[in-house]
Order: sequence, then C-alpha cells, then structure tokens
Amino acid sequence: MSMDKKTVRKVAGLARIKMDDAELETMAPQLSKIIDWIEQLSEVNTDNVKPLANVVSIDLPLREDKITDGDCADKVLTNAPEEVQNFFVVSKIVE
Amino acid sequence: MTNLTHMSIADALKGLESKDFTAVELAQAHIDAVAAAKDLNAFVTETPEIALKQAKESDKRRSAGKAGALDGIPLAIKDLFCTKGVQTTASSHILEGFIPQYESTVTANLFADGAVMLGKTNLDEFAMGSSNTTSYFGNVVNPWKGADGKDLVPGGSSGGSAAIVAARGAMGATGTDTGGSIRQPASFCGIIGMKPTYGRCSRWGVVAFASSLDHPGPFARSVEDCALLLNSMAGHDPKDSTSAQRDVPDFAAALTGDIKGLKIGIPKEYHADGMSDEIEKLWQQGMDWLKESGAEAVEISLPHTKYSLPAYYIIAPAEASSNLARYDGVRYGLREDGEDLREMYENTRAAGFGDEVKRRIMIGTYALSAGYYDAYYIKAQKVRRLILEDFDKAFEQCDAILTPTTPSAAFPIGENEDDPIKMYLNDIFTVTANLAGIPALSVPAGLDANGLPLGLQIITKAWDEETAFKVGGVIEEKAGFTALPQTLAQKAA
Repeated sequence: MSMDKKTVRKVAGLARIKMDDAELETMAPQLSKIIDWIEQLSEVNTDNVKPLANVVSIDLPLREDKITDGDCADKVLTNAPEEVQNFFVVSKIVE
Repeated sequence: MTNLTHMSIADALKGLESKDFTAVELAQAHIDAVAAAKDLNAFVTETPEIALKQAKESDKRRSAGKAGALDGIPLAIKDLFCTKGVQTTASSHILEGFIPQYESTVTANLFADGAVMLGKTNLDEFAMGSSNTTSYFGNVVNPWKGADGKDLVPGGSSGGSAAIVAARGAMGATGTDTGGSIRQPASFCGIIGMKPTYGRCSRWGVVAFASSLDHPGPFARSVEDCALLLNSMAGHDPKDSTSAQRDVPDFAAALTGDIKGLKIGIPKEYHADGMSDEIEKLWQQGMDWLKESGAEAVEISLPHTKYSLPAYYIIAPAEASSNLARYDGVRYGLREDGEDLREMYENTRAAGFGDEVKRRIMIGTYALSAGYYDAYYIKAQKVRRLILEDFDKAFEQCDAILTPTTPSAAFPIGENEDDPIKMYLNDIFTVTANLAGIPALSVPAGLDANGLPLGLQIITKAWDEETAFKVGGVIEEKAGFTALPQTLAQKAA
C-alpha cells in the first residue's frame, strides 16, 4: 500500500483536516488505490520534456499601478463567522 | 400561445421582439416549469423574485428599443458562479450561507446583455464529481429515466444546470468544465454543452477548483443557442490574468452548414476497452453524416490519451489542495471552534468538506509534499505537455476531431460509488481537452437501446470554437434529435 495510515495522518495534518482513526483506516486504502493507478505515468518517457503549468502564455500582463478598489471593510466582513470593529476574530494565538 | 418553455433562445428572442409574449410571461412560464421539476433537485437556490424583477426591466428596455443580445432569456446559473447578494455555495457545507458581495464576470456579462436568472444550480461539491452525487445539498436526478424507471445521474459536475435545461426549466445555463463537467452532463441529459478555449471566458468570481483546468461555458438545447450564450459570456477581463486579449467572433455566424473539404480526425486511441457497440456505432454514424456533407475522415493518433486521466488526477487535486486552503473558518463560510487556531482549522475543514473533496485535497497535498513533488506533480505536468503536443500534431492533419463524449449513457444513482477510479473513468474522452485547453462541444446524436441520450464530441484547435460549432451544427441537423425526457413526454402526451 503506497499510503499507509501513518502517511495519511501526516498528510491530513498538512491539509488541516481532522481525521479520527476510523477515517484514516478508510482513507488509506482508497488513496493508495488512486496513487497506485496514477503510478502508470512512470511508463511515459518524459526525458527532455519541459513541464507544462498552463496552456496560456506565462507572461502575466501588467496594469497601471493605481488603486482600483478598497474602502469597503463592511463588504469584506459581511461573511465573517466572527468580527469585532472591522477585524476578523480568531482564537488567541499568542500567550 | 406556443409552449414558451420548449422554444429555443433564438426563437424566444424573435418572439419577444415581435411582442408575441413578454419577458415576464417567459420568466413566469419557466418559474412554473422549475416548480414542476422540483423532484430533480436541480437548484440549491431558486430566485423567482429576481427573475421577475429582471424580466420586468427587460420588457421596459425592449419597449424603449434598448434590448440586449439576450434580453429576457431565463437562464440557470451553476452555483459556482458568485452572484452579488445571492447565496453561492459550490454545493459545499463549508460555503453554506455565503453571500458574495460581487458578481462573477461571466454572469455580469450575461446580465449586461439582459439575461434573467432563475436560480443557482446544484453541482458536485466544488465541482468534483461526474454524477452530481457529492453535493451537500443532495443528488440531482436526470429527467431521463432508465428502462426500469430507475433514477439516473445527470452527470457532473454541472448536473443541476444540465438537468434543468433538459427538463425545459431554463432555456440555457452556465456550467464549468475542469475535466468534462459541462460535456459529460450535456451528453447524459441530451443537450448541447460547450467548453471553450482556456482564457475565452473569465474565471473571475468563479469558485476555483483547479485554476489551470477550469473553463466556464454554456449549456443549451441547440447549437445556435449555445453559440449565442458563449458570445455573451466570453471576452477579455483584466481581473483574470489568464483571460485572453482577443476579439470574440460571432459564433452563431459560424453555423453555415458548409463543411465541404473539412478534415475530421478520428483518434484511434479513443476506441476504449469495454466501450459499448452502440457508442462505436453512433460514432461511425456521426462520421458518416459529416462525410455526406462533404467532410473527409482522417485517422489520427493521440498516443498519450491513456495517460491523461492519471495526469489529471495529480494536477487537478494539487491545484485544488492549494485553492481550497482558503476555507479556514476565518473570513467566510463555516467555522467549527477548537482549542486553538490550528484545531479550529482542522475541525472546520473536517466538518465542512465532503468525502470526495477530502480525498482530492489529500491526494493533492501528498503530490505537492516534500519528496514527492518531482515524482508526481512535475511528472504530470510533463505528461500534460505531451498530451498538448499530441493535439498539435493531430491538427496538422485535420481541422476537427470527432469522438464520443462519454463511454456510456447515464447510469443509475449509486452506481460507481464504491470505486473512485471507476467514477473518474467517465471523463476519459473529455479530460484531454482540458489538459490541452482547447475547445470541445458535445451534441446529442441519438438514443441507446434503453432510450437514453448519447452525445458526440467535436474538438478543435485553440481559439477555433467556430469550427466546433459549425461541425456540431451539421451533426445536430443530421441527427434530428427531438426526443424528450420521459417525464416531459408523458406530460405532453
């Protein structure tokens, strides 16, 4: 199995998704099967092939450096789960 | 009065212009049809009040001689497009209740042309699926029924959009296509669906799944209608850095029916294992129709086809894991409290995402993690280039490529659920065009032995949607597809 329970636990941590033991047990064989199926890519000779990130030109267009929006804190905060005086509220992160 | 919900967009525009009916009457007829099609669960949010308000304004504009290109046409909007002031969920619990404060560029373009919004359609959660069974808001049901009367999937991810257009509840709809999410449901529901060239329609304001593969595009019941919708949706948008600075041609004008001398490529690798004889036959029939109209068949080879899905299932989840990192319970959407910030993130994402979304985030995170990045992600990007080069070479020999859209007709709800890979294989014929960023159109071409629609796909060079529409128009005419979903046929009888 390409992804054991320990690996899945690590990846779930990286992805910030809480998973209990039962979920890790279910997820591991499912993910392994998908990864094993993906392994067939190794049959393809890609020596001297450049990776293709995007089909459009990678030259990002530049625009004039001027402010085009802003001054709409109320809109930005409309969907906030919790806000106080124009700030998003999160749990305490500094002791 | 003629049946307002069975008309084409083109005819409805004529009817509105000649005052045969008003936009309000047209909107009301569709609102009633949406209510009658409730069992399909095609919508996450219905917006009849908005539709009637927009229709009233449309009637005013028309009497003032200021009607836009789609003025008064009732459309359904996939619930992945942000709509100002109207809940946009991506069919995910994590975005339930999210009210965008801005309008996506594509919907803004449609509304600027006078389109009327009936509501926001159900989809696979974050557009991840081929059956519309991963939505937090429940499965969408295909208006077409199996021989045994079983409920079938409408395809996915844009299942609600395809189902409601097929059920005559909307004249057209928006969709997005990352691996086949417009064309596969169009094929399953017996309607037309177009994935244009990457960069043709802005992605701004569309909830992101896999940014280099996501393509907004239209659904409709005629090729001409699909062309009209794309005309409105497309165009350069400075807010999307991958949006093309190109003029938008008059796509409907390309529907001349003249395909004399056109070379149509038939990729030998698309004769997939286990594909039904019916689909092989329909494919051959499609080619015969094109030959009768003066086109020429050319056998072509797309040698890396087999590797397109595995490459896709690295690239799309990798981009998704990055795009979906924003759902952290801080700025919008669901929040599940925890002991500390990290636990709040983890609890929120555990409660907010469904199983398929979690699987894809996990695959993507794994593929991008230290030690695996080159082996998976870079490798997949290299294979992606080979797939693009396959098409470049093929288009030296032909003007368009004809393939089946899907390896089967619509399947019963619940089938293919046990094995994610079986579900992924639904997109075997569609995903290549996403990796290459080129246009692809699905047109219903016939019914299978069980009376279910099957589509044919036309793929063309980048920026050549016009040839796809032209060839699609010929298939449409030859196929004369007039069958109605059983649920509607019974009502009409």
